[in-house]
Amino acid sequence: MAAQGRHGGRKSNKMTALVVDDNMVNQTIHHRLLDNLGIENEAVSNGKEAVDIHCSGKTFDLILMDMDMPVMNGIEATRKLREMGIRSMIAGVSTRSMEREVQEFMEAGLDDYQVKPLTVSKLISIIHKING
Amino acid sequence: MDVVNQMQRQFVDYSTSLHREGILDDQFTQLQKLQDENSPDFVVEVASLFFEDCEKLINNMARALEQQGVDFKQVDASVHQLKGSSSSIGAVQVKNVCIAFRSFCEAQNREGCLRCLQQVTHEYSLLKNKLQTLFRLEQQILAAGGSIPVIE
Repeated sequence: MAAQGRHGGRKSNKMTALVVDDNMVNQTIHHRLLDNLGIENEAVSNGKEAVDIHCSGKTFDLILMDMDMPVMNGIEATRKLREMGIRSMIAGVSTRSMEREVQEFMEAGLDDYQVKPLTVSKLISIIHKING
Repeated sequence: MDVVNQMQRQFVDYSTSLHREGILDDQFTQLQKLQDENSPDFVVEVASLFFEDCEKLINNMARALEQQGVDFKQVDASVHQLKGSSSSIGAVQVKNVCIAFRSFCEAQNREGCLRCLQQVTHEYSLLKNKLQTLFRLEQQILAAGGSIPVIE
């Protein structure tokens, strides 16, 4: 999937991703996992920052969205991004595993959901859904 | 090279013992596999972030539990954070205490929470010491010109 450049023009064929997580340990791990797979990525610390970065004109092939975050949580952020017309693959990544909680997150507009911790194989299965 | 081999064996034995004792799980091995020549300090970097996170969160929990009217939601929020990061680094004992801790928060049981706080502090200190020893063994191997063995 070709990536949008920062100013909207096509710059490269490298996949791009946005990590949305308030925890620095998780941000660092997810950043490295994505780097390892050759995916250009950046990180923000809550749902509002994820929305704001899209409002600034940036888009990403993949968004890894945590659920529990301050200011704006993952459910609200996912809903907001979908309302804005963002069609990127959004994968929820959270420690929550109760069916009701996951369903609420999925209904907000997720394409996939993975229970933390994120691993190489979970990330690859998310990426296959983009390409598949 | 005998010295390097000996150090490498010591590293493997120590690393294996941490898994056998249930202090670390496979997630830690996954992080070690992400370390390479492009990011040679990745595991130390993640561990340092985890230690900072732990200390901050444990302090938050302690302060919240000292209050006259304990805000259990606030305590639970910190425990949830700690559960998340301990799970991500493979710190299974810390994570397990957090699971019990959350139940006590939900039950608004202050005594139970205080016991868990004590336990989580103990598990964190133990883990920190063990990881610092592991990282020291790694540094010794590298200083002697050897490479860090891959633990499967």
